[in-house]
Amino acid sequence: MKNSGRFGQFGGFYVPEVLIPALEEMENAFYKFYKDEKFTSELDVLYKDYAGRPTPLYYATRFSELVGFKVYIKREDLLHGGAHKVNNCLGQGLLAKYMGKTKLIAETGAGQHGLATSMIGALFGMQTKIFMGAIDVDRQSVNVHKMRLCGAEVISVKGGTETLKDAINEALRYWTANVADTFYLFGTACGPHPYPVIVKHFQSCIGIEARRQCLEKIGKLPDIVTACVGGGSNAIGIFSAFVQDKNVKLVGVEPAGKGIETGKHAAPLNAGKVGILHGTKMYLMQNKEGQILDTESISAGLDYPGVGPEHCYLKDINRAQYVAVKDEDVLNIFDIFTKCEGILPALESSHSLAWVYSQKGKLPVDTTVVVNLSGRGDKDVDIVERNSK
Amino acid sequence: MRTYKETFAQLNHPALIPFFVIGDPDFDTSLEIVKAAIDGGADILELGIAFSDPIADGPTIQKADIRALNAGITVEKAKDFIAKVKAYKDIPIGLLMYYNLIFQYGAEKFFADFAKAGTNSVLIADLSIDDVDEIYTPARKAGLDTVFMVTPNTETERAKKIAEKCTGFIYTVSLLGVTGGRDTLSDMIKPLISKLKSITDVPVCVGFGVSKPEHAVELAKAGADGVIIGSRIVKIIEDNLNNKVLIAKEVTKFIKEFKTALS
Repeated sequence: MKNSGRFGQFGGFYVPEVLIPALEEMENAFYKFYKDEKFTSELDVLYKDYAGRPTPLYYATRFSELVGFKVYIKREDLLHGGAHKVNNCLGQGLLAKYMGKTKLIAETGAGQHGLATSMIGALFGMQTKIFMGAIDVDRQSVNVHKMRLCGAEVISVKGGTETLKDAINEALRYWTANVADTFYLFGTACGPHPYPVIVKHFQSCIGIEARRQCLEKIGKLPDIVTACVGGGSNAIGIFSAFVQDKNVKLVGVEPAGKGIETGKHAAPLNAGKVGILHGTKMYLMQNKEGQILDTESISAGLDYPGVGPEHCYLKDINRAQYVAVKDEDVLNIFDIFTKCEGILPALESSHSLAWVYSQKGKLPVDTTVVVNLSGRGDKDVDIVERNSK
Repeated sequence: MRTYKETFAQLNHPALIPFFVIGDPDFDTSLEIVKAAIDGGADILELGIAFSDPIADGPTIQKADIRALNAGITVEKAKDFIAKVKAYKDIPIGLLMYYNLIFQYGAEKFFADFAKAGTNSVLIADLSIDDVDEIYTPARKAGLDTVFMVTPNTETERAKKIAEKCTGFIYTVSLLGVTGGRDTLSDMIKPLISKLKSITDVPVCVGFGVSKPEHAVELAKAGADGVIIGSRIVKIIEDNLNNKVLIAKEVTKFIKEFKTALS
């Protein structure tokens, strides 16, 4: 490997030997192409014409009135596929194409990354397999259907907790046996190096656009930028453009599930310990011995015991703050925000909206907050319905 | 304490190395099974400490990990287990496990405590030679041998680097993939053994997919210094969970078949 993939003590590539050549090949290809003129112009066209970039920065008038300060929404929910995941999938998919790979595999939790990978598999004519925990297959059946319509094979992963963690385990096992022709299109800024670097790079368009749009629309940088954090790809995508702007506060919002104190959550930055899983050193939900704990969140996309290594680092150096909100507050804000703005936020993104709502009356009226609305909530309508009864 | 070096030097056939997950299906039965493997003629033992997320393992070992965890195995109990095996017979024991368990225990303390219990080496499935510095010194200081994996897609220069850091043996993975029984040996393994033999004198032990006495014989002919049989033998436990007494007998019988074929 060219780089150690470290963010302070976090990150690295703790994987079985058999995967090292594949990660090296990927790192080589990434550094070869990511600034290459042909690659970047091809990706720019895809971002614009296929995905629908740039996404608007929308001033949420009624929601702002409700909370008592200015809230701007980065509309990643408007992207093709319904979430920010397409940014990364187009980038990695194009990389796979440049590397001459013909098969894609991916893990998925909420199904958004699986769907985005399936779309890109169809777009590039690549055979696509999606690994998804059996519980997630059940709770996100609409996305499963869409993936199959795109021509992907969806593999329901049984055993373990049957959620995102187990989907990653199984995808890694499959990759181990098929490293030669298969590209593992990893969905979040986590996992072994070089994934945290690659995923951040392809998601950084969110932050670059948002920063420019703030300067154009508001005439200054925002006071706060907030995003939900599961693995952390949408958050690192928007944070990355503001990290050097010391006056911009960065707030990542983790899922507190039933409540941090109950242990039924998925908030490693708030209640985890440093450990190693899925190839990276990160804050991790685990017992005293290091066995990984079951997680719980109403949003499948955040239901993961670990978190991207760069977020761990940003927390430790106090550059970003990481808070957590409960399922009940997430359901509440889903309803409030939808009625306010006529926009259905994904349950994942609703976490950051719930944190913003919790600041109601606590921030000065001229405070500007940018919320990364990473995905749309159409996929969650059934879950919301089931939980509101 | 018997070393790998003495063991390899005294054998006139490749070392027979069965693998078990400690505490599968429960602590006491597991101990009886391991003793039965020793009685059957095992030369070295490879033992795993169960982990909740074993990414290098196929379904058979995954299930064994779950059985052991459900039956209450812990790192502390695994240490006692090793001491009990050692009390039964002084046979070299290699651990095969995932890094997080060691990291939480504290690497230095882990190696010291497990060396004291009678462990000869600790192979970490998800720690490559690139991070060798995190464990090499504490492991050697504790008196342990080191073992790392080489796979069919490891480049020669890298294989040399790995061999230089192996003081016990090289865990040579016979195929691209996870652990699991296979009907036939991968065609990648013979060239890999030859390659390793041409670059190092460290014993070459082959694992992953070694399932039948014929496989062991083939590997012996190809120059392997040891054969590691994992999933196929763990499957005996899985298949006889309703008759735990039978497991030990079947394991002895199974090991003897390999021993006879190799001798």
